[in-house]
Amino acid sequence: MTKSKTIKPVSTQTTRRGALKTLALGGTAAATLPLWARYAGAQTAAPIKVGFQVHRTGIGAAYGRWYDRTTQAAAALINDQGGINGRPVEIVAEDDGTDPKRGAEVIEKFATQHNCDIGFGTLFSHVVIGSAPRAGELKLPYFVVSEGHHVASGMLNRYTLQPGITDVKSQVQAMAPFVASNLGKKVTMIFPDFAFGHDHRDFFTAAIEAQGGEVLEQIAIPPTETSFTKYFPKIPRDTEVIYHVMVGPAVLTFVKELGEFFGPQRPEIFGFIDSLEAVDIGSPGLEFLEGTYFWEGNPRYAQADQSPYDAFFREKVGVDSNGASVNDPKDVSTYAHMFGCWETLHIVKAGMEAAGYQTTADRAKLIEAVEAMTDLPHSNAHPQGAKVFNGKTHQVFGHQYISKVTDGKLLLVHTTSIEDTYYPDEVDYTTQPL
Amino acid sequence: MDFGPYLMLATLEGAVTAAVLALTASGLALVFGVMRVVNVAHGEFFMLGAVLAWWVTSWFEGAAAFGFAFAILTVPLIVGALAALADVTVLKRLSYDPERTIVATIGILYILQQVTLMTYGPDARPVTPPFNTRLALPWVEMTETGLSLYWPWGLSITSYKLAVIAAATVILLALWIVMTRSKLGLMMRATEQDREMALAFGIPVERVYALVFGLGAGLAALAAVLIVPIQQAHYLMGGDPLLLSFIVVIIGGLGSLPGTVLAALLIGLSDGIISVFFSPTLAKILATLLVALVLVFRPQGLFGARRA
Repeated sequence: MTKSKTIKPVSTQTTRRGALKTLALGGTAAATLPLWARYAGAQTAAPIKVGFQVHRTGIGAAYGRWYDRTTQAAAALINDQGGINGRPVEIVAEDDGTDPKRGAEVIEKFATQHNCDIGFGTLFSHVVIGSAPRAGELKLPYFVVSEGHHVASGMLNRYTLQPGITDVKSQVQAMAPFVASNLGKKVTMIFPDFAFGHDHRDFFTAAIEAQGGEVLEQIAIPPTETSFTKYFPKIPRDTEVIYHVMVGPAVLTFVKELGEFFGPQRPEIFGFIDSLEAVDIGSPGLEFLEGTYFWEGNPRYAQADQSPYDAFFREKVGVDSNGASVNDPKDVSTYAHMFGCWETLHIVKAGMEAAGYQTTADRAKLIEAVEAMTDLPHSNAHPQGAKVFNGKTHQVFGHQYISKVTDGKLLLVHTTSIEDTYYPDEVDYTTQPL
Repeated sequence: MDFGPYLMLATLEGAVTAAVLALTASGLALVFGVMRVVNVAHGEFFMLGAVLAWWVTSWFEGAAAFGFAFAILTVPLIVGALAALADVTVLKRLSYDPERTIVATIGILYILQQVTLMTYGPDARPVTPPFNTRLALPWVEMTETGLSLYWPWGLSITSYKLAVIAAATVILLALWIVMTRSKLGLMMRATEQDREMALAFGIPVERVYALVFGLGAGLAALAAVLIVPIQQAHYLMGGDPLLLSFIVVIIGGLGSLPGTVLAALLIGLSDGIISVFFSPTLAKILATLLVALVLVFRPQGLFGARRA
């Protein structure tokens, strides 16, 4: 049984008023026909259209809100700096309802209706997996910001790239040594029951076994679930470490009920910050998290040794030093993920400039230009840290952060090296035709 | 976890589900019993109750208990008034025709859901419970020195969850008394049995209809206000209660209040226990299978009277 419904944007429905508006627009356009000639010689002054597939509704809505803000901020910055190849960037945002079927339709709209240069910005792995085949068929470069291992696993195609955020396989592989040596070797995993959670299940189980540890129990929870206590009795008594990662609208309930379940006698807890993205760590009921550890893609709280690039990024997106909106301290960001939109747009800019990108006919050149990238230094364009892009697997690799909840804030305690996150290539997309 | 404490935890979790489900489903059963209207928008009135509870409690920053008390008093009334308005403006104009009211309530479902999405937004928001103490529960085990108490890992409930069970019991008892002992209940039952005859005896049937539709929605909203400090308010949260309420109402017998409460206990407890021991999906499968069996072998439900 599924609880979420696909919400189609109301604006796509034809109404009499809408039809009249369109007619009126058409009339205006017809009236200005002679003026069009002016643009014929300056075709390149038209904006570069970035089709932004955004989770406005559905289970990914909290991420969608912040992916949107980050993307708009990055586009504004790029435009302030003169755009890409002298052309402004225009973000064409479409809601996909965090739904794979709608995702594929949105990709189709980008390519055929909006005539976008690229597709961009998808997070939830099932939507990426649902959309990428269509992007490949339409030869629309599709830059995802998803974390899933599906790009580097070879499951997708040459037109799908993930240059702005690291994937789950490399993340958990870098976490396993820390968990095994500092927290314990007998682990129980709790994860969402879809592609992203399955990546965690498969790769962490393998990674902890490589460290001499073992996974006692794997507890899968549907991402639309709203009550969680009933899953927790499956946690075996001899568990030393709880490994949790959860997504969806009910993550706060999940963590709260985890705390209520254990009470004062909890085991060590290691979580992916996904379980608390967009949630204030000071919320009532979360006090038990004090002293527990979190993976963070990018530290939510500004650390003592904050880089100038992180400060720049926070200022431009409008995030305070606690990782919340500067306008509303209760509106906590998805800080561990949203930098990926910022970095990916900067990759697109660099790639288009390297390729001399002019029209949609140059899409293949853009793919090749991005595939040729390797070192991405820590900078305003890459505020999360330095990265290395693998052109064969279309996946970027970077530093991972482990924070400890200390006095109600996330304090960075360990940073992995980029090398910690490497694994052997599983695909060479460059051998596929463009 | 050992079997004993495991079962006890499952039963407690199931009891919370059952309590909330009994309230929601009795609203649906009441509307169907008296008005013969299948209210597909029932889940959205539930959702509206949760969202309004968040809205009302957000006025009382820092005074969570007072805000919650205010919400539990006002929100069901607001939702009930809205439902009564929908009855007068929509359902009445359709002459309560069974097919057309289904389509109309589907329309109301989407209007409520989308208006909530457009105003409240797509986020899940928490409501602070008025009180919430974790109560660890002991269990007995055989040791060398005989029976002794111990405190198993995870065997606990919160004071608020116990309060939800108690509140639901009190509200259902009150509803039972109103239906069987008051003049209002008499009018509702008369309307239920024979609309024409009730009209002939001077019962304002149209007003009774508006009242019953409002009461049904108000019960759903009340259930939502009770559950929202445990879960969170979200615009898509109406789907599950609607489905479970239909399951409960069909098993219990359409329009029968005792049947509804009993079926809610059955479904709620089995959902808790099966979810804990096997999987939540299996619990839903079995509940739906039970509905199919009831429809085949006892179409009037466990407690429903066969209608002509």
